[in-house]
Amino acid sequence: MTEELHEVRLSVNGTTREVRVPARRLLSDALRHDLGLTGTHVGCEHGVCGACTILVDGRPMRSCLLFAVSAVGTEITTVEGLTNPDGSLGHVQQAFAECHGLQCGFCTPGFLTTITAGLRENPSPTHDEARDMIAGNLCRCTGYQNIVKAVERAAVLGLDTVAARPTRPTNESARDEGAS
Amino acid sequence: MKPAPFAYRRPGSLSEALAALAGEANAKVLAGGQSLVPLLSMRLAAPALLVDINGLPDLAAIEVTDDGVRVGALARHADVLAHEEARRVQPLLAMALHHVAHATIRNRGTTVGSIVHADAAAEMPVVLILLGGSVEVESTAGRRTIAADDLFLGPLESSLHHDEIAVQAFFPALPPGAGVAFDEIARRHGDYALCGVAALLRLDPDGAVVEARAGFLSVNELPTVVDLTAAVAGGVDDVSLAAAGEAALTGLDPEGDIHATAAYRAQLVRVLTARVLRAAYDDALARSAAASTGPSTERTR
Repeated sequence: MTEELHEVRLSVNGTTREVRVPARRLLSDALRHDLGLTGTHVGCEHGVCGACTILVDGRPMRSCLLFAVSAVGTEITTVEGLTNPDGSLGHVQQAFAECHGLQCGFCTPGFLTTITAGLRENPSPTHDEARDMIAGNLCRCTGYQNIVKAVERAAVLGLDTVAARPTRPTNESARDEGAS
Repeated sequence: MKPAPFAYRRPGSLSEALAALAGEANAKVLAGGQSLVPLLSMRLAAPALLVDINGLPDLAAIEVTDDGVRVGALARHADVLAHEEARRVQPLLAMALHHVAHATIRNRGTTVGSIVHADAAAEMPVVLILLGGSVEVESTAGRRTIAADDLFLGPLESSLHHDEIAVQAFFPALPPGAGVAFDEIARRHGDYALCGVAALLRLDPDGAVVEARAGFLSVNELPTVVDLTAAVAGGVDDVSLAAAGEAALTGLDPEGDIHATAAYRAQLVRVLTARVLRAAYDDALARSAAASTGPSTERTR
């Protein structure tokens, strides 16, 4: 029996890509195997570890718990999409480098995407909020302390980046939690 | 860790989805998929057909009236959690949703999907029963409403027929004089709870307890609600709350597994019942006080 293949058009990091995949192709595998975007890592493959976290329409989701066929019509951002347009490290990546927020690096893509979205929702997290932001991601190397520091550093770098752009207000911290 | 092959349909209308379901007895509905996809990947389930309802945005609606909150089949946990009006009309929703997995899972997982997945370790089934809610289901034969009490038959088994889609869940509003609370204990943040408790406690205008019920998750094979009114009708204090914990155990049968012994689970029932009932009592007092001083008083939790 040959398995039916589906033509799926995915929008990944601002580029439209087409893949031909069986319905059971996990989005994590479609990104890695079909599109060659191996920055997204696959750990547990059942939604627990967080390594495969990507952004779907700006919201963090587990790519191992999505089918590629079901991701049509969404805007996907992987870790490859977090660098600045000039190729330099994005502010969350820069903070990880500065704070030694990684050792082996396996979990890092999931943390970077999760924190990118988390800081968009809450640009100035408290220490507890920074910890809460990464509670759904596992890291076996760092003991998390430096990752929490990296969240707080990324918040500072992010605010600086925003401040450097004159058109955007720098302080929206008065907004309600939950509003996004 | 890859799913077995399945046929896939992504209908553009509900009637198309229902027709697809009616044509295949071994089909599953894919909404958020945050429970279904792991089951498929572990090959604990191998449906012949997946009917993906993510192309039906009409099902994502959250409607709030004075009667309660109607949550559509495609409304994500995160959207229900962030819904201010829903939180106002039925605060237990947000209290419980905070405990549903992690934010990342809540971004995709749906509240209705979690209910009809019928996992006794999940938060929303027991909330629906405690509140006396219901689920609206539809097939090519028409619509029917299933009361929460009639929804859960066994572990991961609901009373939906194979050709039905749960299109909406209804959570009744918090009645006047009532308070609610939720808490659970898990080994790891965001993990399945070893024991969780939702409570609803209602006071009469003189401040006497006229209703106290608690719903338990991860204790029995089914989400279970126990009436504890008798234990606390004479007043809410350490003694009556301890009695409520013991009374709860008479309606439950805690089981041991690799995560907790039966005795430890029973102890969690005692402790959490007292803790959550007290919180629901405090919540009822605060709401009654707020209602008597004016309607604009804002409470978050």
